[in-house]
Amino acid sequence: MIWFTLLLVLLVLAALWASMATALLRAMLGLALTSALLAVVMFAMGATLAAVLELSVCAGLISVVMVSVTSLTQPRSLKEAVAARRSRLRRLWPLPLVLIAAGVALSFVRVPVDIVFRLPAGDGDVRTVLWSMRQLDLFGQILILLAGVFGVLVLFRKEAK
Amino acid sequence: MSDLLLLVPFVAVIFLNLLPKRARGAALWIAFGVLVLEVAAAFAERFATIEVSAFAALERVFPFHLATDGLAGLLMLCAGLVGMAALLVARKTFEDADDRFFFSNLVLVALVGINGIAMVRDLFSLYVFVEVTAVATFILITARRMAGNEGDHAFEGAWKYILLSVIASVLMLTAVGFLLLSTGEITLAAAKEALATQDPLAWIAMGLFLCGLFVKGALVPFHGWLADAYTAAPAPVSVFMAGIVTKASGIFALLRIAQSTLGGAAPGREILLVVGAVTIVVGAFLALTQTNMKRMLAYSSVSQMGYIVLALGGDLGIGILAAGFHFFNHAISKSQLFANAAAIEKELGTLDMDEMGGIGSRMPVTAGTTAVATLSIAGLPPLAGFWSKLLIVLALWNAGEYAFAAVAILVSLVTLAYFLSLQRRVFFGKPLEKWAKVHETAPGLLVPAVALALVTIALGIGFPFVLKVLLGGGA
Amino acid sequence: MTIEIPTSFWLYFTFFALLFLDGIWCMLATRNLVRVLIGIEILMKSVTFFLIAAGYLSGRMALAQALVITVIVIEVVVVVVIAGVILGFFRKHDSLDVGNARDMKG
Repeated sequence: MIWFTLLLVLLVLAALWASMATALLRAMLGLALTSALLAVVMFAMGATLAAVLELSVCAGLISVVMVSVTSLTQPRSLKEAVAARRSRLRRLWPLPLVLIAAGVALSFVRVPVDIVFRLPAGDGDVRTVLWSMRQLDLFGQILILLAGVFGVLVLFRKEAK
Repeated sequence: MSDLLLLVPFVAVIFLNLLPKRARGAALWIAFGVLVLEVAAAFAERFATIEVSAFAALERVFPFHLATDGLAGLLMLCAGLVGMAALLVARKTFEDADDRFFFSNLVLVALVGINGIAMVRDLFSLYVFVEVTAVATFILITARRMAGNEGDHAFEGAWKYILLSVIASVLMLTAVGFLLLSTGEITLAAAKEALATQDPLAWIAMGLFLCGLFVKGALVPFHGWLADAYTAAPAPVSVFMAGIVTKASGIFALLRIAQSTLGGAAPGREILLVVGAVTIVVGAFLALTQTNMKRMLAYSSVSQMGYIVLALGGDLGIGILAAGFHFFNHAISKSQLFANAAAIEKELGTLDMDEMGGIGSRMPVTAGTTAVATLSIAGLPPLAGFWSKLLIVLALWNAGEYAFAAVAILVSLVTLAYFLSLQRRVFFGKPLEKWAKVHETAPGLLVPAVALALVTIALGIGFPFVLKVLLGGGA
Repeated sequence: MTIEIPTSFWLYFTFFALLFLDGIWCMLATRNLVRVLIGIEILMKSVTFFLIAAGYLSGRMALAQALVITVIVIEVVVVVVIAGVILGFFRKHDSLDVGNARDMKG
């Protein structure tokens, strides 16, 4: 159990790195690392299919999208970047302290309600659930992908005017 | 049959994109046709006892778990009418054919989202369709690159909406997680049972989900994004957003949850009463101080959403009817007002009411329809808005909430005040020098305004008859 | 090596809360639009984690996974659309600093 908790701590640290890194590309690396660690956590908990999707889509595809956006939007002025970096640290340095404080505070709370494993077990296979019970969600996924396609067509088109 | 409501607009979108470039001009009218079907479907639901074997076969291929009932029919009717108005406004305000094409497509995608919201029976699917509608709306707000100065704000309007929408989504998903922990299921029925057993997890789940819905519906204190988003969006998008999107994503889900899950339970009612009342007051007073016409309309929307929520806190029997009717009235009247704003923006080039003056004589139709809509929303008889306000006050009175009923009535006066201020600044008096050459806007923009105004008047005068039909047929 | 999975709800909730807090702080403490997007992503990760934990603790792992799969697809589309919106902003203002957009009043 200690290993798993350590894994979760690493997850939070990676997310912390993603928020606090001064260089944007490092922040994105942190985000990809967070996704990868989350995928490992999910895999350890038995959510294999979701873990694979998280790894390939979030750690992979989203990182590609974000790096492309960064490369398309290279900020012009170096001075602007340096000034932003300084004010950034000022705004962000309390974050790790706040997180540690929150973590410690939360660990002292004892939950009176017994939440664990009180429901009758039994679920089934993900694939069965997804394809035979959650078809509406699948249709929703198709729809949102369609919306995404329009988003790309409309928002990423070349400036004609 | 309910599957068709999701599949038809979807197939229409695919079809529109398979058309050759030359035929794309018809896109707007095809979308319009789908919306006409939508309105027809809203009425057909009440008579849907016809079992056609083709439909049954469809259900086997696409076994979605959907429920159509009166409430769903209401949302679909509003969506159809508002969508038609938005398309007609787009026809005249988007000069670029590409813009019109994408607008039609995205409206259809949003329509599937809204139909989904109307019909789902489980919390997660509700989230999915709310997201579909939200993403389509994000794109709609920012898509058009206008040369005018309003276009510069499109980003800021969209950005606040996006940020708050994402936070709302996260809240809703966390609620789904809590519900899963509580009951192992995520259907609305399961939530109702779990709430009845006083399970704290279920209460947390419902609380979080409601918070998410409050953000989506722009209820106080989460109303900060609405004014910027409505004002910055291009005219037809404002019509669409104000008329249906905000209502469907936030308020409609509240109606559904109040009807099926909360069922008049005490803490839920009190929260709705307080949030509703505060929203009404804050929205109205913020509207009073505005100089930009669309911004005032936006804050007015916030205030009116408060009325709908307030009705749900009263006696639920009348409350649902009152809320539903006010929902419909606002969808009609607000869309019409934004269509009027579009006309004014097109002819005058500005929405700053301090710069306007006396254009009533130059644009009589716009002035007349604006008067109808504003008086209806303020609750003047014999217009439709009077009846819905009356029902809301009745629902509160019956539940013994006299203080809240008083708030509802008093703020109606404030509503009248800011709308009269709008009328005075924009339409009354002699036309200013610079507006001497202004003329009434194109018939294409007048048609939606006049049509919606006529609906408002007809519904207002004919309401007793409508009430008989509604109560006779069962809500 | 088999990892033993803890069964304490509060443990999972604590880490969810920490990730959530990190995401919100990241979103709010920056003026750079792309960093706000990173914050949004961290928020979505936190809720994905919570859903899986909820699935594990309630024995409904299959359902939770199905939900998470849908959430991931939605997440991707939302990120792409927001990236598009950011791109639009950049093209107009030639900067990623949101301070250049604060001209709406009221």
